[in-house]
Amino acid sequence: MMDVVYFAWVRERIGLPREKVESTAATVSELVAELSVREERYAAAFADLSALRVALDQELSDFDASLEGVREVAFFPPMTGG
Amino acid sequence: MHVKVQEERFEFGREAEAFAAGCAGAGAVVTFTGVVRDADAGGLVAMEIEHYPGMTQKALEKITADAMARWSLADALVIHRHGRLEPGEQIMMVATAARHRVAAFEAAEFLMDYLKSRAPFWKKEILENGSASWVEAKEIDEEALTRW
Repeated sequence: MMDVVYFAWVRERIGLPREKVESTAATVSELVAELSVREERYAAAFADLSALRVALDQELSDFDASLEGVREVAFFPPMTGG
Repeated sequence: MHVKVQEERFEFGREAEAFAAGCAGAGAVVTFTGVVRDADAGGLVAMEIEHYPGMTQKALEKITADAMARWSLADALVIHRHGRLEPGEQIMMVATAARHRVAAFEAAEFLMDYLKSRAPFWKKEILENGSASWVEAKEIDEEALTRW
């Protein structure tokens, strides 16, 4: 069981900021594939991975990364700070 | 090194004075502050800044520590706000102190470049006509990181 959190338009498109997800996915890409087949709103949010960034336990990571031991996965668009 | 993530306003002058007083003798202090622009033509009424509470402080501390080490800074300060801001309000500031100005300027630019693309903030523009849109990251901001 892991926490999956969403920010900015990803949060708006999926319709919630955070959820618990039961998953056997080994990598971020596998998790994205599992979520995408759930419902259209997930498929829409994950349609273009080049427009998304991922953080694992609050550190920037990438879609090939392993989910082993990870407690929190965050999906968001490229950051616009400053 | 000082990193503050906050919703409330900050007083740029007071922060700059306090920072400079804390590293007297460093030789060079550079400050930068980012302000919500007036609408160019679209009638911006507010900027809403969302962030990732668990990650923001850590990410900013990492970026600031990198700058401290790379330019041997005497000190560095980053303040970044979130929440709803109106045109003219200060969004963020950085300050760097070093023995010489080149290091202080470069470190400040490095901090700004990394804050833009590696700190988990997302800006949304609210317009007079009620529409709202997320600010898109610019390729030029990503390219700016390659110079470091």
